[in-house]
Amino acid sequence: MFIRELSVMNYKNFGEATLTFSRKLNCFIGNNGVGKTNLLDAIYYLSFCKSYFNNPDSQNVRHEQDFFALQGKYELNYKNEEIHCGFKNGQKKKIRRNKKEYERFSEHIGLLPLVMISPADAVLIQGGSEERRRFMDSVISQYDRIYLEWLVRYNRALLQRNILLKEVSGRNNIDPDIFAIWDDQLVHLGEKIHLKRTSFLKELLPVFQKYYTLISGGNEFVSLEYSSQLNEKEFSILLKESFQKDRMLQFTTTGIHKDDLDLKLGDYSIRRLGSQGQNKTYLIALKFAQFDFIRSLNNVKPILLLDDIFDKLDSGRVEEIVKLVSDDHFGQIFITDTNREHLDGILREAGGDDFRIFVVEGGTINDVIEKR
Amino acid sequence: MNIEQFPSKLLENAVTEFARLPGIGKKTALRLVLHLLKRDQDEVHRFGEAITRLKDEVMHCLLCHNISDTDTCNICSNSSRDHGLVCVVENIRDVMSIENTQQYKGVYHVLGGIISPMDGIGPSDLEIESLLKRVEEGSIREVIFALSTTMEGDSTNFYLYKKLSNNNIRITTLARGVSVGDELEFTDELTLGRSIVNRLLYENIIS
Repeated sequence: MFIRELSVMNYKNFGEATLTFSRKLNCFIGNNGVGKTNLLDAIYYLSFCKSYFNNPDSQNVRHEQDFFALQGKYELNYKNEEIHCGFKNGQKKKIRRNKKEYERFSEHIGLLPLVMISPADAVLIQGGSEERRRFMDSVISQYDRIYLEWLVRYNRALLQRNILLKEVSGRNNIDPDIFAIWDDQLVHLGEKIHLKRTSFLKELLPVFQKYYTLISGGNEFVSLEYSSQLNEKEFSILLKESFQKDRMLQFTTTGIHKDDLDLKLGDYSIRRLGSQGQNKTYLIALKFAQFDFIRSLNNVKPILLLDDIFDKLDSGRVEEIVKLVSDDHFGQIFITDTNREHLDGILREAGGDDFRIFVVEGGTINDVIEKR
Repeated sequence: MNIEQFPSKLLENAVTEFARLPGIGKKTALRLVLHLLKRDQDEVHRFGEAITRLKDEVMHCLLCHNISDTDTCNICSNSSRDHGLVCVVENIRDVMSIENTQQYKGVYHVLGGIISPMDGIGPSDLEIESLLKRVEEGSIREVIFALSTTMEGDSTNFYLYKKLSNNNIRITTLARGVSVGDELEFTDELTLGRSIVNRLLYENIIS
């Protein structure tokens, strides 16, 4: 699967541009702030119906304009697919596949698998546990539709229970059944979600470790542990035990909404110990593992977006990454960088002449195609 | 046109009242009011009277809490219906939907909502006590839960089940599965999954 042509209109800092891509390697080169990442984000948008950076759509519109439109022409299983996405201020955004509008965006997500690696991923290490849960949830729900439904229902029951806890605060004789009905839903859904997360991480771990070893040269050991209160005890018992505490604090203190991932380098948390380069390697290995996961599930090579991937890495690691992505294991790749050195390395490594280089200058794109 | 500037206070009042109705905005309200102004005086009086009488005179059935013109509603006072079979629904619209199927010969119990702490609705705000009392009186064989299949509907079902299960009655719930006339390809995965798990004996369908 690959994207053949991208048209952007008023998206972030771009006025109007149409780009034709290579089915293998595409590079965006330019100085800081010219909009290289925004082009990657436009491609991301067409797969996920939203920006990678989670900002509201009104902020994705070019200044002093009131709409944006994106269009991508893809080849999927030897068939052409045309995805169009439009947003106008104050209106609902519209996503169309081959001119037919989707009723629900969830029907589209997953059609065009894609993995993006960006400096913004650092929140996975530095941010709160909700970032790591979001990572798990977004990967699992890409291949398991029912998982997302469970999660939505779980969060709904959790919200209801928390409101109930506030409502009955200070009251003495409460009917235990009014809690039992929400606890029952939480336990029922929470245990299923816990199982899914457990088996997902079990499968992800060896792939992740393989990639880390490849990139780092093999002298460091990393791991990824699923930390959940449900690992130790049954959820129903946990809820019973913490009931008095929950009543006092007026929210639910136990459950899969407290899950986390322990990201470890050697025996210690990478958050404390890892250098910037190690953190970055960790995240890249994690995303590559995600790539393999989605690839094996869908049997297509997802599009890979690499935003400023070589920053902070030593030359050994850069070389390993270049070797990795040049392999046929990966499909269509988009890379942004500020200079050509790394890219020339990749081009040499990749060997073929199936590549395109785009020089980006403040919202305009000059197509530079060089053949050696 | 600036819709906030009305030439008459009377007009403005009427528009404001109409705009309070669900699904009606200011523009639609104005259209409705101007339409009423064009009608005959009699017709408009009838309209107004219907609304005031509705609120003043309508009653709720003492047994099932359905809307009724008398103490007990048509359904509850109908002796040819099965009074041992009670279908629990959220509101009056649900009674009308089930009645329209013409497949049900039992009676109803209207809860008046479902349990949802975020909407400030607890068990005591609903007609749950009265349902328990009806069951305890002993003439009911079976209670059917016919609430929406949302999180809150399920929780309410479970609450009722906890309260009712020590009575010696059958407790059932609406079947959940593929709709009649649906193509499997377009059935959502959750429903389809459930239909596979709770599949039916074929001979029960053809009979």
